[in-house]
Amino acid sequence: MFRRLPEAQASSIEVMIDGRPFAARDGDTVAATLLAAGAAACRTTPVSGAARGPFCMMGVCFDCLVTIDGRPNQQGCLVPVRAGMRIERQSGARIAVVTAEQP
Amino acid sequence: MNLATNYDVAIVGAGAAGLAAAIECARAGLASVVFDEQPAPGGQIYRAIGSTPLADRRVFGPDYWHGESLAREFEHANAAYAPATTVWAVTRSGGGFEVGVSGNGTARLITVWQVILATGAQERPFPIPGWTLPGVMTAGAAQILLKTSGLVPDGRVVLAGTGPLLYLVAAQLARVGAKVDCLLDTTPPGRWRAAAAHAFEFVTSPYLLKGLALLREARAARRVVRGVERIEAVGDARLQRVRFVAGGRSEELPADVLLLHQGVVPNINLSNAIGCEHHWDDAQLAFVPAVDAWGASSVAGVSIAGDGAGIAGARAAEARGRLAGLHVAHALGKLDEAARDRAAASARAELARYTRGRAFVDALYRPADSFRIPVGDTIVCRCEEVTAQQVLDTVKLGCTGPNQMKSFLRCGMGPCQGRLCGLTVTELIARARNVAPGAVGHYRLRFPVKPITLGELASLPQTKESVQAVVRIGKSH
Repeated sequence: MFRRLPEAQASSIEVMIDGRPFAARDGDTVAATLLAAGAAACRTTPVSGAARGPFCMMGVCFDCLVTIDGRPNQQGCLVPVRAGMRIERQSGARIAVVTAEQP
Repeated sequence: MNLATNYDVAIVGAGAAGLAAAIECARAGLASVVFDEQPAPGGQIYRAIGSTPLADRRVFGPDYWHGESLAREFEHANAAYAPATTVWAVTRSGGGFEVGVSGNGTARLITVWQVILATGAQERPFPIPGWTLPGVMTAGAAQILLKTSGLVPDGRVVLAGTGPLLYLVAAQLARVGAKVDCLLDTTPPGRWRAAAAHAFEFVTSPYLLKGLALLREARAARRVVRGVERIEAVGDARLQRVRFVAGGRSEELPADVLLLHQGVVPNINLSNAIGCEHHWDDAQLAFVPAVDAWGASSVAGVSIAGDGAGIAGARAAEARGRLAGLHVAHALGKLDEAARDRAAASARAELARYTRGRAFVDALYRPADSFRIPVGDTIVCRCEEVTAQQVLDTVKLGCTGPNQMKSFLRCGMGPCQGRLCGLTVTELIARARNVAPGAVGHYRLRFPVKPITLGELASLPQTKESVQAVVRIGKSH
């Protein structure tokens, strides 16, 4: 769906996508990383379970919502990847987990 | 976040207008802070200007690389910069404002005397059947992926829509060897006649040569189909085919990526929530904030600069940013009127130069009604999955406006807060009621204009002001 131009090869950092390691490009956002990994969809909607993927890449559409390092409903297009980051695609609505700890 | 608790002026957005405003404010000696949702300066037009992997300047061209000098000037200016920081509220506090910001899971309230909104533009919604399928994105999204990450669409690629950015993206993709299989041009035939009234201005503007060169390059798409009247994205859980109708004939193409674009519109969520007056601009087919020649809005102390005040492009945005910065410097006593007006002369000349010819572009690429006002099962509100037919049925029940519509359908109440459905819903209701969009109005936005967690609200420093701010946000509208 998207391929990398040769001039854009850069140092790769390891992230986890749905529990599997992936060599991401330093400087990419989470949403771009998912597209580079061949994932057109990053979630299913709470309303109907329809598959959705990044649409606008600029923080306006909220279709690129993913869970990052355990924190749900993050706009993947606004978060640059970091080494060791855990990215999980979302299925339906998130459940707010209330604990005594800081988020 | 390494922020002070007070500044003279807060600038929201680090695109052309925000950077220019910050440079002027800092030059005048104001304590200035720029809040930027993105991780680095440049906004959307100058996206990744400091880090793009595509160093060959022929790819993005001189218009893009102009941003480099602007970003550099900002870097050397004495203004604070808060990247990856979202502004979720701006409320009155004493004689100034309290700006609610959020970054890295922490919320802060910053007090300032003046606010300059430079939140720019977003792409106009393009509600076709199937536009929510994975694989359908905006042309702007493809440009962001190219600029920031050197990623190009692969497989069977279709571009569709109208307007300069569509042709620009087609040209840029061609320059890097990314093939576009088909460009579906939805510019209605004969539009040039409506635009002809503005032709002289266009021909004597900076946009003529840029435009001609671009159109020539955009033909690098393998196939260009003009006068497209209808488009559908089709597939099972992802885009697989694009159906279209042109010249009365229907055709279907296999497709992996569909890039849509039919112009850009001002980003008004923050200015709307603050309570600034907006009006419907029929030439731009969008709600536009009311501002004076310095960018001052109807709310004292809040200025709006750049495409967020009305679409006019990057160079005009830069000029308006400078004017807003000078106005604020004058308002806070750093420049007297004469000094302000003298300093503004060159920005005024730039603004005149770069707004010349826009009326022609607006008229020529005015998106067709059928692509702005959908029918049937086409999704209008992507977040809540509300269809055009549902909106029309609700108007028949007596629902007269978008705010009432929220209670009936939850339309506009999803996370995007109406950014992708607002204009469509307003125009749908206006058409159904046979009144002007201005008479129907837009969703009424409220803080927070971007989602924040209860945990972030709870993490606000427990000062008297912050406690009152939360209460005020709840009760103020």
